Amino acid sequence: MSRRTLGALVALLLLCLTALAAQQFSVQVRETRLRQTPSYLGATTASVTYGTRVTVLETRGPWRRVQATDGRTGWLHESALTERQLTLAAGDRDVATGADTDEIALAGKGFSPEVEREFKKQNRDVDFAWVDRMATWNVTPDEALAFLAEGKVTPPGGQP
Amino acid sequence: MSRMLLVIALGAAVLGAGCSQVSKIATQVGVSEGAITQEEADSINRSVVAMEKAWTDITPEQEHYIGRAVAATLLASYPALDDAGANAYLNRLGQTLALASDRPETFGGYHFLLLDSDEINAFACPGGLVLVTRGLVACCDSEDALAAVLAHEIGHVAGKHGLRAIKASRLTSALTIVAAEGARNLGGEDLARLSDDLEGTIGDITQTLVNNGYSRDLERAADTAAVAVLGRVGYNPRGLESMLDRMQARWKPSGPGFMQTHPSPRDRLADVSASLKGFAPLEASTVRQARFAAALDGI
Repeated sequence: MSRRTLGALVALLLLCLTALAAQQFSVQVRETRLRQTPSYLGATTASVTYGTRVTVLETRGPWRRVQATDGRTGWLHESALTERQLTLAAGDRDVATGADTDEIALAGKGFSPEVEREFKKQNRDVDFAWVDRMATWNVTPDEALAFLAEGKVTPPGGQP
Repeated sequence: MSRMLLVIALGAAVLGAGCSQVSKIATQVGVSEGAITQEEADSINRSVVAMEKAWTDITPEQEHYIGRAVAATLLASYPALDDAGANAYLNRLGQTLALASDRPETFGGYHFLLLDSDEINAFACPGGLVLVTRGLVACCDSEDALAAVLAHEIGHVAGKHGLRAIKASRLTSALTIVAAEGARNLGGEDLARLSDDLEGTIGDITQTLVNNGYSRDLERAADTAAVAVLGRVGYNPRGLESMLDRMQARWKPSGPGFMQTHPSPRDRLADVSASLKGFAPLEASTVRQARFAAALDGI
């Protein structure tokens, strides 16, 4: 095989890889944060919310470096992403602005705020008060790192 | 055997095998033998494909609403422990561990709540709502041991073990669908309506969490995941060993909670011992012991 043919093949391969890497994903969790490094210890920058479309620029293990449609970049864990395009129904409030209202239209059939409302109607003895209270107990990544540091728990590879 | 029974039995066989290919072969045999019509065979195959996808197709947001309803249902039987300090500590520890799990991101995130019960029990609801009894906390004499308990429950959430309970328990329901399809050739909407029934799904999961328990394989998987998460965060995974030792001392095979739903601590220790090799013996930490005691001594 000539050097030129080899070069052309490598170029083609790189092109294919770039095409694969440019795959579009959607954020499938209510809200999460972009990280500066591909690690749960990585400092967080901006938050992204359910349905945000992102382009994957780079992959490292379970981490994806993504660029959101507004240009922000950062690392997200693969569990926050789906290949499906998620849409919010017109008129419904953004999920990020009403964490406890759940007025988001969920893609696909199945369990949703509407179904939960129906369930509550049919099961008046089932009380969601504690479940709603639990949802408000959020520990930020910074608080988590401070908790580890205070307890002198050192992740392998360095201080949190 | 009547044709209807044959249709139901064939449906049951292929669902049990859990494979649409098996279904196609089996129904083809049924058709060629004249036992069922091609129309009935197509119905069975459609049902099998629907069931195969039942739990893997559940999206994180659907999982979230299933988990909320499961947790609310469980809280009707197990009251919450209204102790803000203890619950805050539980969440700092649990949510920190969840960050390092194989599935750090769920739709609504991981949240932890203490239950006011002496029973040794914990429930990992789909999506990340984790309920832990006072009785299980009493099996922990250190933060490292409690971290092992929470990491185990996070392992169940990350592995979607609760959702798998839907698949297992719904074979009976699926059989009904197959029978109905075989008998009346109901449309796809009927199948969808049946498989989307939230109440039935919650029943499946709570039945598994409260009464049946997961398989020993899934408990082993959760313990293995716990060892991995603890190691990634920097806790000594031997906290799991410490907790299981204390649980074994309290173990009564006829007792409630974990004693009905989990393998014995001795069996779990045997299953997890290989992955603990190489870790130093657990050492007490003054600072962790102090905050553990401050948060939980009074509960």
